[in-house]
Amino acid sequence: MTADASFWIVQTLNALQLSMLLFLLSVGLTVIFGLLHFVNLAHGSLYALGAFVGVSASAFAGSYWAAFAVAPVAVALVGIVLYVALIRRMRNAGPMNQVLVTFGLIFVFLDLFRLGWGDIPLGMAEPDLFSGRTAFLGIVYPTYRLFIIGLGLAVLAALSLLLSRTQLGAIVRAGVDNGDMAACLGINVERVFFIVFCLGCALAGLAGAVAAPVLSVTTDMGTAILIPTLVVVVIGGLGSLRGAIAGSLLIGFVQTFGAVLAPQAAAVAVYALLAVVLILRPAGLFPARG
Amino acid sequence: MKLSRTWLSAAAALMLAVPATAHAKDYTVGLLLPYSGVYAALGKEIDQGFELALQTRLGEMAGSKIEIVREDTEVKPPVGLAKTRKLILQDQVDVMVGIVSSGVLGAIRDFVHQSGTPLIVANAGNDAATGARCSKFITRVSFSNGQVNRPMGEWMFKKGIKKVYTLAPDYAAGHQMIETFSAAFKAAGGTIVGGEFTPFRTTKDFGPYLTKAKSASPDAIFVFYAGGEAISFVRQYASFGVADSVPLYGSGFLTSPLYVNAEGPAAKGVVTSLHYVPTIDSPENAAFVKAFSAAYGHAPSEYAVQGYDAGQALVEAVKSGATDRAALADALGKVRFTSPRGPVEIDPATNNIVQNIYIYETVQGDGTLTQKILDVAKAVRDPVSGCQK
Repeated sequence: MTADASFWIVQTLNALQLSMLLFLLSVGLTVIFGLLHFVNLAHGSLYALGAFVGVSASAFAGSYWAAFAVAPVAVALVGIVLYVALIRRMRNAGPMNQVLVTFGLIFVFLDLFRLGWGDIPLGMAEPDLFSGRTAFLGIVYPTYRLFIIGLGLAVLAALSLLLSRTQLGAIVRAGVDNGDMAACLGINVERVFFIVFCLGCALAGLAGAVAAPVLSVTTDMGTAILIPTLVVVVIGGLGSLRGAIAGSLLIGFVQTFGAVLAPQAAAVAVYALLAVVLILRPAGLFPARG
Repeated sequence: MKLSRTWLSAAAALMLAVPATAHAKDYTVGLLLPYSGVYAALGKEIDQGFELALQTRLGEMAGSKIEIVREDTEVKPPVGLAKTRKLILQDQVDVMVGIVSSGVLGAIRDFVHQSGTPLIVANAGNDAATGARCSKFITRVSFSNGQVNRPMGEWMFKKGIKKVYTLAPDYAAGHQMIETFSAAFKAAGGTIVGGEFTPFRTTKDFGPYLTKAKSASPDAIFVFYAGGEAISFVRQYASFGVADSVPLYGSGFLTSPLYVNAEGPAAKGVVTSLHYVPTIDSPENAAFVKAFSAAYGHAPSEYAVQGYDAGQALVEAVKSGATDRAALADALGKVRFTSPRGPVEIDPATNNIVQNIYIYETVQGDGTLTQKILDVAKAVRDPVSGCQK
């Protein structure tokens, strides 16, 4: 190990890349939590679905960008089906029932993946445009990971613009703040929820397709990413964009630098952090309300 | 007169009837594999190999039939134990075959030993199963974690590699693979400059570890990863450009024929050691690859061969005349035959298989990646480490 600056720069970029991936997943989940008050444990499975659809799309079209375009759309469509068939009915069923239903969905998806794509882990090639490495600041770093960082930042910028400058964003913020009052003001809260839910699903699908060239695509990848995503949402605070990015950065850095500095403790470090935050700030770091 | 003719014809009828039922004993086999969960792909391969062996060699068994009862371990030790009890006590199987996960093997070992049921292990590589926790009823036809890696230690040093950095997942198999490699490499004269054990099945991003490995300036990196982790690792190894400065070596599961194509061009040039590759040049292997591909539509992997040899071992034991569990266990401990992997036999001291280990490089073939054999370590035998049968 070195006091060499390049080592730390590379690890910082690794941490940023993990943070952006977590951000893409957690932002959908946190707004669904905060706005619909709905516990959707199947969010990880939607991420995995995005990855699998991405693998098939890129194999079919021979290009990574097919996966990039098709995966979010496909997962959003599945999200629509889920919303109409299940979520709408369970909205007021209480967190326990929501947990049970969405937890069951995880197993349904697991076997659907096995049926559709088999048991053997799959891989996906990076896009030619971003393959290879870039040299800067005295290091060489995979270009595709820089693309992931850039994409995460772009999504962050787009979402904060959406939330702060558009009417839809204002409605979403109002709905998170006080859903009943917003409904009283004549806003079609149901329709906004539906749009937000589909957007969250699309982002999860995008995260899956984007992560596939870096990580392998396995049937259990959804359950593996679910816990870190939930930790991010809880630490960051429910319902806010700021919370999602803050939580993602925190967990991304803790996990990466923990792996570098103390691998055996790294697994525990995230949960220790979760415990500390819950003790000091039970509502999370930047909750949407109060 | 009439009475004695009746007696004569009755005696004749009896004499004709008896030989037909005298020799053909039917055997019931309990096939215990993961048919769901993370190892489902491996379970299926082993099952297919086993079935193929029985079909191919059915004619040698003098009319005996083998009935297979399949159970799913779900890769969970308690479930494996429950299913083992069911197979042994309820289904009264003559012999058990299978077990992919060493965790499941550890859970069922005592019950199998106490019930006196022969078990042919078709994958689980934990060294202790043919070491301190061996049993005269447990025969392993797959590999032991140490066996696959020991030859690489000596081979890499002879190639001029003096300093190695190791990586593996943090669980029993990861530790055993790296420890046996390190011991062999150090005994040959090399130095291990550092190593890390990554959290098992939760590490998706190997970037931090690869960066650390590169900064230790080794001559080579030696790793053990399997399945999804292997794919992630090899891809990330290439994308970080570590390939340009530090060559990658490992245990053959890193580039197993089963999923090496998912690793893409990143796997080219990686040198690993394994007990089987589909490109072994022997008539037995050629026949096996042809039969397996025709039956199942894809080339066999080392898991398929393990299942195939489990079937072959069983056939050999049946042919030797064993009929009950004790006799089968005894016969299994003595089998020796030619497998697609080369000549194999069971070592009576440990009940582990003695086999060739192939050191190979992953290269581009016709449209898919294939394995080029660089060297063969013949008849690699495990040392007796605490086994008292």
